[in-house]
Amino acid sequence: MAGYTTVFGSLDNYEKGRVIIVDDDPKAYVFSNIFEVASMSKPYEKVAVGKNLEYVLETIRCEGTSEWRVTPHDEFALVMDGTVVVELLDPSGQLVDPDANGSIGLDGEPAGTRMGRITASRGHQALLPAGKCYRFHCDAVGVILLQTIEGPDTIYRWAEICQTEA
Amino acid sequence: MTLTSDTAPANPNDAGYGTFTIGGFTFSRDEYFATITWPTGTHQLAIDVFLRALQRDVAWGFFYGIVNFDSVFGTVNHYGNVDMFAGRFNDAYRRAEVDYSENFTHDDLMACFQSMLKDWTNDGYDPFAAPQETGQPFGKNNGSNDAAVTRRRVVADRMVSVPGDEQVRTDDMGFPVNRGFADVPQDEPIVEVEPGYEGDVAAYNLFKYISRSDVTWNPSVVSACKESLYCPTSEEFILPVIHGNDRVEWFVQLSDEIQWDVEDRDTGAKRARVICKAGDVAAMPADIRHQGYSPKRSMLLVWENASNRIPEMIARGEISPRAVDF
Ligand SMILES: [Fe+2]
Repeated sequence: MAGYTTVFGSLDNYEKGRVIIVDDDPKAYVFSNIFEVASMSKPYEKVAVGKNLEYVLETIRCEGTSEWRVTPHDEFALVMDGTVVVELLDPSGQLVDPDANGSIGLDGEPAGTRMGRITASRGHQALLPAGKCYRFHCDAVGVILLQTIEGPDTIYRWAEICQTEA
Repeated sequence: MTLTSDTAPANPNDAGYGTFTIGGFTFSRDEYFATITWPTGTHQLAIDVFLRALQRDVAWGFFYGIVNFDSVFGTVNHYGNVDMFAGRFNDAYRRAEVDYSENFTHDDLMACFQSMLKDWTNDGYDPFAAPQETGQPFGKNNGSNDAAVTRRRVVADRMVSVPGDEQVRTDDMGFPVNRGFADVPQDEPIVEVEPGYEGDVAAYNLFKYISRSDVTWNPSVVSACKESLYCPTSEEFILPVIHGNDRVEWFVQLSDEIQWDVEDRDTGAKRARVICKAGDVAAMPADIRHQGYSPKRSMLLVWENASNRIPEMIARGEISPRAVDF
């Protein structure tokens, strides 16, 4: 008996589905594709592909090395394509209000203690811990789906990324 | 409230099954069907359809919003108490004014459903499994499968694999790779931790984790950003319930393909068919109900906002039933 072939998407090879309308507005489904969004993004732009009140899912195109960021709450990076190195750093002082939402970018490398490093490939999910700093690196091009909260650098371009016509 | 049966029914019917009564509802099963009666009507579902739906309603604690077993019968979760209804979300029943609904405490209805699930599930049948991976639910009472119907639901506090939290699935734990995911890479991320940071430096292979799920259509929490929950699940065949939303819910199709049948939440009128392929992201508005079809075992990331403020905010019109207005 032949086995099964599991189909994952990638920047180089994805097929986007669609909304087929019977009696509705396609915009109600906010339908996009992570790989298509990443293919249209600049490196390390944080483009929302999902939003539920203050919570967002961001698609991040990883290419080269990102800036250092600090997050006030846990975030989670799911690698959808490529291999991404996540560097973690414990800052020597408090760099973000723990009640704030979303990560913020930092100028240069913050002072502090290196916590460790995660090398993650497709399907791997990494914790970006609350109060700590991180940066991403990808030798080629990778894609991350980030579970986080709307922050100052969240980018919304729904009309460009979503299906708007039946 | 009366609860007239237990795990070993006192008065089994000809097929050997107990009959369960709670409030105005009575449930009985024969070799092929579950029969539900209430003061103004009666309804039947094929027993496989009924048990698969009942299993999800029990395992999910009545879930978010409405769990329709079919176009007639189901439950509405009010988080602490639950409505059980017949015809409430069916246009014809509503217009004829023959729909019926009754409120129960969460614990009372859960106890009734758990007893029924235990009594009506036979040896060799697993309502959580894909139809090809389990035996038949039909026929006379033939033992039980308590291990299958009382599985523990995974709920990570922070993230799977973090020390002290839910752990990854392995062969040794009884979670082999599913036949539908035999080709899914089983590698793990490289995690290099400096001393003292073991609790904060963590990563695991989510796709491997899902490939080892032994159930279908059973979202479980793998990571939590405050009330934002990642609830991945492995899907095969048909979602056993028609889920009616009381809030926006999102789907990220991680592998393969699921087609969603989307209907108006209150009337059941068809609204759309949403075809999700790997990498697609789609919102389910808060005023619809949906049922998924997965021809091959696939990986779905269900993304929920668990805030208990949302149903009221929507009911009061403070937030849109749509995820995003653009
Ligand atoms: Fe749902």
